[in-house]
Amino acid sequence: MVTTLTPMPEPVAPPAAPRPVAVAPVAPVNPAARAVIEIDDVDFHYGASKALHDITLNIMERQVTAFIGPSGCGKSTLLRCLNRMNDLIDGARVSAGQIRIDGVNINDPRVDVIELRKRVGMVFQKSNPFPKSIYENITYGLRIQGLKQKARLDEIVERSLRGAALWDEVKDRLHESALGLSGGQQQRICIARAIAVEPEIILMDEPCSALDPIATAKVEELIHGLKKQFTIVIVTHNMQQAARVSDRTAFFYLGKLIEYTDTRTIFMNPANPQTEAYVSGRFG
Amino acid sequence: MKRFFDAELEAFRSHLLQMGERAIEQTRLAMKALADADIALADKVIASDDELDKLEVKIDDEAIRYMTLRGPVASELRLIVVGMKASHDLERVGDEATGIARRSRKLAIEPRLELYADLPRMANIALEMLRDALDCFVQEDEQKALSVIRRDPEVDNINRLLYRRLTSYMIENPDTIARALELMFISKSLERIADHATNIAEEMVFLSKGLDIRHSDIGKQTELPTTGSHPPA
Repeated sequence: MVTTLTPMPEPVAPPAAPRPVAVAPVAPVNPAARAVIEIDDVDFHYGASKALHDITLNIMERQVTAFIGPSGCGKSTLLRCLNRMNDLIDGARVSAGQIRIDGVNINDPRVDVIELRKRVGMVFQKSNPFPKSIYENITYGLRIQGLKQKARLDEIVERSLRGAALWDEVKDRLHESALGLSGGQQQRICIARAIAVEPEIILMDEPCSALDPIATAKVEELIHGLKKQFTIVIVTHNMQQAARVSDRTAFFYLGKLIEYTDTRTIFMNPANPQTEAYVSGRFG
Repeated sequence: MKRFFDAELEAFRSHLLQMGERAIEQTRLAMKALADADIALADKVIASDDELDKLEVKIDDEAIRYMTLRGPVASELRLIVVGMKASHDLERVGDEATGIARRSRKLAIEPRLELYADLPRMANIALEMLRDALDCFVQEDEQKALSVIRRDPEVDNINRLLYRRLTSYMIENPDTIARALELMFISKSLERIADHATNIAEEMVFLSKGLDIRHSDIGKQTELPTTGSHPPA
């Protein structure tokens, strides 16, 4: 059920001149990967206050990209730009630049934001299952899309719960309330719900910050498995989590992208002293 | 921002430097014992090896503790990894110095051969290399590290030359074989010390640039490749 965005009729702007690229000390992660999200010179405002300055970065297909940085650095704002969650906030807007997914400008008025969010799913910091049964949580989005056949819904519920590594734990109580599950299971229900509609991209905003180490390990394991099928962008305050789960890491500070490269380079040999100070806990 | 455990990293760094100083001093004294036929000095060098061994254990213990409890990344992680490797090299330098001291003890009671002259010259180069490699640790000067690496063939050449000369000498004077062999082993020890200095210099390049140049031709070049981040465009 992969949906497509309406392609724009006007020609795509010519690509910018290539930047000077330094030799990486290690081979970049899968250099053949395709950029599925292109963020080009993006500025973002909340009313008069500028939250993002001239952000340019590409998110590669079927990789995990981590956004790190101190509170207020703009990482969550940028994440929420990727499926236009910021539309819900008054006065919040991308004030310059473009965000393209598969070459289409997602802020073009002709883009259907519901379609966009089907393709770009989201998992939040606090698990937020609907006050419904486990089964209904997973099928909610599909029913809204008009899917009614029970056999098909059953199949998707099983596949999504298996995908979220939760099937064995909940298969005998699918019709019990999702609110009766543990925190870690609730978060994995939210991931199952996100993957049920078969998005291309999953955004995760600190998905483990409220979980204990065992539940965190399960979610990280899940993220690692999901990248075979999905492109994942994760915001995290946990430096070791970024190091463990991501292929690429972007470090933000005061609304600016300071450094973006392979995760190994960020944690082994960052080019920017601010990145070095942040990842080693010397910031401030 | 200072962190409450920054002092641990400083202590680690200073213990490594202290170990470097001790290894240099041991080698210097072993060579002096050889030159002066000083048995008491040779005994002192042999007895002091224990200190270097203890420092190696201490440095490893500090490194493992820091990795376990402080989660080092970036330059700190490189410092810890390099510190562990360099301390192992320095411990081996100490072993070579002890070997030289043992041999000079034996040679001290024998009539002197005339082939000593090249050994002090070789020792001077090896010790300079070691000192420069350790300076890089303080200064994070990869150019100096590269110059250490480029000096290694000089010591290798002297060792080969000495080997040939000692071989012909033994053929001509079979009664000197035992003594000449001791000199050959001392020459080999000095060559090994220069190798350890080279290893440490390579480790210092990794420390300052995050670049692993072992078993490559990079060390022979005058410029290192640029490192750093790059946009994945």
